[in-house]
Amino acid sequence: MKPSSVVQTMLKIGSRRSVESVRGMLGAIGVALVLTGCATSGNPKDPIEGFNRAMFAINDGVDQAVIRPVAVGYDTVMPSPLKKGVTNFFGNIADLFIGVNNLLQGKVSNGVSDFGRVLVNSTVGLLGLIDVASDIGMEKHNEDFGQTFGRWGIDSGAYVVLPLLGPSTVRDTVGLIADSKTNPVPHIDDVSVRNSLLALSLIDKRASFLAADKVVEAAALDKYSYIRDAHLQRRRNLIFDGNPPRERDDSASTFDVDVGHDTTLAQHTDADLSIGEVATTAYK
Amino acid sequence: MKLVTGILILASSIAFSAKLGAQEIAPDTLIRNVSNEVLDIVRKDKDIQAGHTSKAIDLIESKVLPHFNFMRMTQLAVGKDWRQANSEQQKTLANEFHTLLVRTYSKALSEYRNEKITIKALTLKPEDTDARVRTEISQANSGKPIGLDYYMEKSASGWKVYDIEIGGVSLITNYRETFGSEIRRSGVDGLIKLLQSKNQSAEGATAKK
Repeated sequence: MKPSSVVQTMLKIGSRRSVESVRGMLGAIGVALVLTGCATSGNPKDPIEGFNRAMFAINDGVDQAVIRPVAVGYDTVMPSPLKKGVTNFFGNIADLFIGVNNLLQGKVSNGVSDFGRVLVNSTVGLLGLIDVASDIGMEKHNEDFGQTFGRWGIDSGAYVVLPLLGPSTVRDTVGLIADSKTNPVPHIDDVSVRNSLLALSLIDKRASFLAADKVVEAAALDKYSYIRDAHLQRRRNLIFDGNPPRERDDSASTFDVDVGHDTTLAQHTDADLSIGEVATTAYK
Repeated sequence: MKLVTGILILASSIAFSAKLGAQEIAPDTLIRNVSNEVLDIVRKDKDIQAGHTSKAIDLIESKVLPHFNFMRMTQLAVGKDWRQANSEQQKTLANEFHTLLVRTYSKALSEYRNEKITIKALTLKPEDTDARVRTEISQANSGKPIGLDYYMEKSASGWKVYDIEIGGVSLITNYRETFGSEIRRSGVDGLIKLLQSKNQSAEGATAKK
C-alpha cells in the first residue's frame, strides 16, 4: 500500500463525520505508523515524515468534520464586537506568559510592558474584553516558551505533527507543555467552565484562519509540505522577532546569508498571523 | 542627415527619460500606488468580493504583474536545482509558477474585507538596487497587524518585486522543499508536470462555478 493511498483512505474516514470515524481514525494511526514508517523524502528537518503525514491527514479529517464547521458557524453567528471581545479576552490571558517569556529572553522592557498590558486590560478593559492597552500604544507581542528556548540557542529538532494541536517541533512541544503550565485556563477547577473556555479559545483561533483556508488550497501543490515549510519559516521569523537573517539561495549551491536590509525599521514586522500560523493554530 | 541624427537624438532622449521616469518611482511609492489602485477596485467590485476568480485574475494581470519579475521568483523558488533546467524548461516553469501565484493572489484578494494597509516609508540610498518595502495589514478582530513585505530589485524598467513575505513566511521560498523533492524524484520535467496538473485542476474547478 502506497503512503499516499493510506492518506487518502484516512481522509475518507475523516470526512464521514461521525464519532465512529474518529474512533476508526485512532485505530488507523497505528496502521499508518507501520505502513508509512519508510515514507520519507529525506528532508533533514522532517525525519519522521511518514508519521507526520499520517497525523496531518487525521487532523485534517477532524478539522473538516468537526472543528471547521463549528468555526464557520461561530464566525457567521457571532457579531463582530463580540468576536473581538473573545479574542481580546484570551489575548489578555496570553499576555501573562508572553511577559514571562520576554523576561526570560532578557527583553525586560517588553516584558514589563506586557504585564502593564494585563493590568490595564484586566481593569479598564473590562476583564480583558477590550484591548485598551493597544489603543494607548502598548504594543502586543508574540512570545512563547518554544521561542524562548530558540532564543537560548536550542535547535528546533525534528518537525512533529501533534494530534489535534498540529504542526510543531520537538523543542516547541516541550515549550507547549511549559506554556500550558503558565496559562491559568487549564488549571481552572470547575471542569465545565474550564472545558468551555478551552473549546471557545480553540474555535476563536480557528475562526480567525478561515479566510486563509482557500488561499492555502490555491497555493499548495502538496498541502502537507506547504504547511510544514510555512510553519518552520514562521517559527524562525518569530524567534528573531521578525528579522531573521534572510536565506538567499537563488541558483547558488550554498546558502548566502544576508542580514536584514535596514535594521532601523526592524522592530515593526513582528506580525501575529500568517499562513504559517494557520498551520500552527488551525488544529488547536 | 541632420534630420536623421536629430530623430536619433530625440528618440534616444525619449528612451532615456522614459527609463529615468520608470526608475524615479521609489519602491515604497510604487507599492503604495499599486495597492491603492487595486484595493479601490476590489472595494467597489462585488464580483471579486464574491470570489469571481477570473475577474480578480484580470485585475492582477493588468495592474500588479507588470511590477513582478517572474523569472527571478521562479529561480528563487526552485533554488539550486535551477541550473539543472535548460532555458526552455526555465521558461515553462516560470509560466506555470506565474499561473499558480496569480490564482493564489486572486483568492487572497477575494478575502479582502476592507482591512487597513499601512505602507512604511523607506529610506533608500541612491546606489541601492535592492529594497524591502514593509507594509502592515490591520485586521478587524485582532489587535496585532500582519506584516506583508515586498522584496524588490532595481531593473532597467523600474523596481520589480521578486519575493513576498507574509508574517515572515516567504510565498516564494516556501515552495523550495516541494519543488526540490519533486525534481529529485522525477526531474525538472516532473516538476513542470506537477505544476501543470495543479493549474489545470484549479482551472477546472473555476470553470465549474
